Amino acid sequence: MLFKAVKPVVQVALLIVGITMVCFGVMRGEADAVLAKAIRLCLECIGIG
Amino acid sequence: MARFRGLIQAAATLATNIHLPNFAKGGIYQGAGKAVCVPGLNCYSCPAASGACPIGSFQSVVGSSKFSFSYYVTGTLILIGVLLGRFVCGFLCPFGWLQELLHKIPSKKLSTKKLKPLTYIKYAVLLFAVVLLPVLVVNDVGMGDPFFCKYICPQGVLEGAIPLSIMNVGIRSALGKLFSWKLAILIVVAVLSVLFYRPFCKWICPLGAFYALMNKVSLLGIQVDQCKCVSCGKCAKVCQMDVDVTRTPDHAECIRCGKCVGACPVDAISFRYGLGVTGDKPAQSTQACENK
Ligand code: SF4
Ligand code: SF4
Ligand code: SF4
Repeated sequence: MLFKAVKPVVQVALLIVGITMVCFGVMRGEADAVLAKAIRLCLECIGIG
Repeated sequence: MARFRGLIQAAATLATNIHLPNFAKGGIYQGAGKAVCVPGLNCYSCPAASGACPIGSFQSVVGSSKFSFSYYVTGTLILIGVLLGRFVCGFLCPFGWLQELLHKIPSKKLSTKKLKPLTYIKYAVLLFAVVLLPVLVVNDVGMGDPFFCKYICPQGVLEGAIPLSIMNVGIRSALGKLFSWKLAILIVVAVLSVLFYRPFCKWICPLGAFYALMNKVSLLGIQVDQCKCVSCGKCAKVCQMDVDVTRTPDHAECIRCGKCVGACPVDAISFRYGLGVTGDKPAQSTQACENK
């Protein structure tokens, strides 16, 4: 019952947290790290590493 | 929408792997789109992959010497989780779709109802193979292995190693024990998928585990109108994820496939989207229902 009351608040809070985390991650270069990994063949994924 | 689920799953798989000519070239797409995570489990070593696998990306960021946590990937997963929850599993994930297709192969079908404790394995896989081990087990220069990708995930072999090794002799000759191990996992998952409904999703997948945790707070939900429900149990019977939607509409295992919506003879079950949507519309009193 209590969760029902706070659910919209939790949802909005999580959306804000999510957007903030994405922006912070991009700012500190994580998106570049993801790109660098994803455009090279991942040896561990295909079973060579 | 649930009626067109197969088509949506096919379209989502195509959108997630749009660079099809790369299969013939034996190389992978290397454009800027690879900086963005796709919602489902889809290996970035698939020649056609349009984006990055969120589970692979998380491990590669935390396993690098520069970072020990990924705000970018976690934030992306929180956003997808709040917006869609496990709808991703039911409609958008290529590996979920593959398991469903395999399950359509005529054979004896086995129930997973008595194997419910196994559904907790996927949370351990998420915690250890994805989050902890890549950060804690590092080499001299502070880099950790992507444990889930390296030792568990069958997608890398299916989408990456197999098509690439067919077209590329260099890759073919480099495949060793690790490939054999993961090929064995892929074969086991494929065989189990014929017998059981979505065994990898239910028991192993760390991405499914994350979305499962988000199902309770997702904007997309399923609502059961208790005034209309005649307790016939048809919804629970049709559910292949072993969920009784009348009891737990936001159950972690519900992949929002919508089969229960179609099975209900009195249209008591419906998809809902929005802030504060709750799973059940309770029948406060018989009178409250009669007044409706
Ligand atoms: S549980 Fe994992 S593999 Fe299954 S549909 Fe969800 S994300 Fe895909
Ligand atoms: S409860 Fe309904 S929507 Fe959820 S998995 Fe079962 S049949 Fe699909
Ligand atoms: S199928 Fe409909 S009427 Fe039957 S138990 Fe489920 S919600 Fe109630």
